[in-house]
Amino acid sequence: MTRQVFEGLKVADFSWGAAGPQVSRELAEHGATVIRVESHRRLDSLRTGGPFKDGQPGTNRSAMYTAYNTNKYGISLDLNNPKSKEVARRLVAWADVVADSMAVGTMAKWGLDYESCRKINPGVIYFSTTQQGQYGPHSDFHGFGHHANALLGLCTATGWPDSDPTLPFTPYCDYVAPWYLTIAVIGALLRRRQTGKGMYIEQSQFEAGLNFVAPHLLDYTVNGHVVIRMGNRDRYMSPHGVYPCRGVDRWVAVAVTNEEQWQRFCLVIGRPDWISDARFATIVSRKENEDELDRLIGEWTKDYAPEQVMTMMQDAGVPAGVVQTGEDLLNDPQLKHRQHYRVLDHPEIGPHSYNAPAYHLSKTPCDPRTAAPCLGQHNAYVYKEILGFSDDEIADMLVEGVITTDADAPTKI
Amino acid sequence: MVTEHDSLLGGYRVLDLTDEKGHVCGKVLGDFGADVIKVERPGGDPSRNIGPFYKDIPHPEKSLLWFSTNTSKRGITLNIETLGGREIFRKLVETADFVLESFPPGYMDDLGLGYPELEKIKPGIIVTSITPFGQSGPYARYQSTDLVGCAMGGLVRILGELGRPPVRMSYDPQAYFQVGVHAALGSMVAHYHRVLTGEGQHVDVSMQEAVALSTMTAAEVYDLMKVNVIGTGQFFVSPRPEPYGLLFLRFVYPCKDGHVVIYYAGGASGLIQSSQALLDWANEEGMALELKGYDFRQWDGSTITQQELDQQYEAIIEFLMTKTKDELFEEAIKRGIMLAPCATTEEISRNPHLQARGFWEKVDHPELGETIVYPGAPVRMEETPWRIQCRAPLPGEHNEEVYEKELGFSREQMAIMKAQNII
Repeated sequence: MTRQVFEGLKVADFSWGAAGPQVSRELAEHGATVIRVESHRRLDSLRTGGPFKDGQPGTNRSAMYTAYNTNKYGISLDLNNPKSKEVARRLVAWADVVADSMAVGTMAKWGLDYESCRKINPGVIYFSTTQQGQYGPHSDFHGFGHHANALLGLCTATGWPDSDPTLPFTPYCDYVAPWYLTIAVIGALLRRRQTGKGMYIEQSQFEAGLNFVAPHLLDYTVNGHVVIRMGNRDRYMSPHGVYPCRGVDRWVAVAVTNEEQWQRFCLVIGRPDWISDARFATIVSRKENEDELDRLIGEWTKDYAPEQVMTMMQDAGVPAGVVQTGEDLLNDPQLKHRQHYRVLDHPEIGPHSYNAPAYHLSKTPCDPRTAAPCLGQHNAYVYKEILGFSDDEIADMLVEGVITTDADAPTKI
Repeated sequence: MVTEHDSLLGGYRVLDLTDEKGHVCGKVLGDFGADVIKVERPGGDPSRNIGPFYKDIPHPEKSLLWFSTNTSKRGITLNIETLGGREIFRKLVETADFVLESFPPGYMDDLGLGYPELEKIKPGIIVTSITPFGQSGPYARYQSTDLVGCAMGGLVRILGELGRPPVRMSYDPQAYFQVGVHAALGSMVAHYHRVLTGEGQHVDVSMQEAVALSTMTAAEVYDLMKVNVIGTGQFFVSPRPEPYGLLFLRFVYPCKDGHVVIYYAGGASGLIQSSQALLDWANEEGMALELKGYDFRQWDGSTITQQELDQQYEAIIEFLMTKTKDELFEEAIKRGIMLAPCATTEEISRNPHLQARGFWEKVDHPELGETIVYPGAPVRMEETPWRIQCRAPLPGEHNEEVYEKELGFSREQMAIMKAQNII
């Protein structure tokens, strides 16, 4: 077994939700020791959101939680209990990285803001990620990730021109912000090796998301063009769309990027006449007759399975792909080849699929070994072996409710 | 000028051979301080012809897609398909720490410039390959665009309206942004390993996988529930056992000048507080009075009828229609209501919170005689700030700087290489 990239790196993970824990997961899957700190009294929102094993909610039954917490140790600790302070102090003193994604002010209330942590551990790398950032007039806005979709303009920019804005299923900034943040944390760790200095890293998930909208923001600031919903149309390509296929609710995406591909596309669908058809011969004419073109293409695609259309098009050098569902992703032969989903055995959920990073490192591949922890699963090991508490001290903390248990969890999720 | 002391990647050099699918990777590394050299084919990369364009003028020096994904890079032209070009490239590799490429799998190997060869020239080099589906596997040779990448990664199926085809985000090209930032992340993990051990490696990045990671729980929902998530427009739809049936929970609401997203429900503590605050506000203004006194603690998503919920929506919408997005949002922050406006790019550009945080970055474009405003830091650090080092390069803008000053070619030699279509 080769050395894991982040072997020996220690992370005290006070974050929750999707954005913070994905950062520490990236480190954990490459060898870091990560301790997730949670309380039964205020469950991580991912533990209370589904999907749940057998559709039955439960503290340890959500695959949204498990997805972002592989390879981590999980402990339970009520940071609202004043007697938790010594535990938190030892965690911070132990850690190279302290992770925070709580609402603004929460860590300060617990005495765990950067200034406090730095006094305990001067070299600590501390990150804070929140929806709107730590300061500014809207920093107190308590919204879900889906509210960030709205602010980012994703609702306005997703859907059809003749209908209302839509709400994307995915809270998109949660799947943009962690990657920038992890890069910054890694950079800060390397800088510390050289300088011995710690660092404070602050992130607004909304601002990270705006980086993915850059061309459209420039198109407004430079040209005054406001983004509109275009369905599946592209400003510069045609045909470019999602077409119905054989089966129930099956679809294929096709994008013809140039004239050569257009000619091959016409041959694939058995309409060589379109190559010289005045309605479709050039990109300009296709754009003018795009409704009709899309309708005619749909009449051809509907007799084939989306996989068939994809194969025929790709074999002819035309970009096309199945509009994949969750089921398709899990069965996708390419993703299987890449081992994108890996089955790990979770104590309560049992064996289920976990996604892997989009990058493969040739010499130090990621190593998702253990499923996400049940709440407090590693209390015995972490409190005793890592933090050095005695059995008596641990027993006292249990009695005093410093270490929370299932009895402290809400009865209904 | 950034230095290794005031940036995360100062002092490290990146050779960026990518097309539009991979531009973002080099931008991320450059904005964190690396010295990124964009290596384009003579005449410039074809992606310079993708719009939108500055002032709507279609011109390879005016692509806003190019501008916004190639900041903090210098630019040279080099034809690596020529023998002379490859020789120069190898010289450059000796000075580099990262090579980024997005050619079809095997292309670099065929030129004798694959990872094993580059590693011999520069031990410890990190070569990051960005492709639609990865370097090997049944779809490795398949082509992709933003739409195809988003579809194959599962991001299209979960968007759109019930009863209509699934859609991609009109904020294109999200697949390219996703794979770009994941490629930068993979490169950074490899870089950490190199600093500790001296060992470089090959980083193989898949656009499809990068997109799949952005779909929240689309795969997990199927894995555990055996149902597929699909786009349901302005609603989230929750399936319930009979006799209750499907529940359409509205999230997008019309208001006076557009739409807002509200998480309006009860049951859980945060939602009770938020929904009550919204109702109180409406009641204060003499609206939604039929709901006055409604107990959101009793709200139960597993039994509430669609008819009852629709009546509540009707009363709430009637109130919302008297307010603008801005009025609603400002009050929502004060009152703790989970409401946010469906912003347009115009509204984002004047968002007071972003302005107060100094988010926007002004970037000089001397050739256009103006300054353009760009999105700013995706993450903030005082000691090593993220920053746009310079605007995107013009074709071959830094040929002299790199070939003449760094590699020591004479003007005459450069003229010959130009004539031979090497640079």
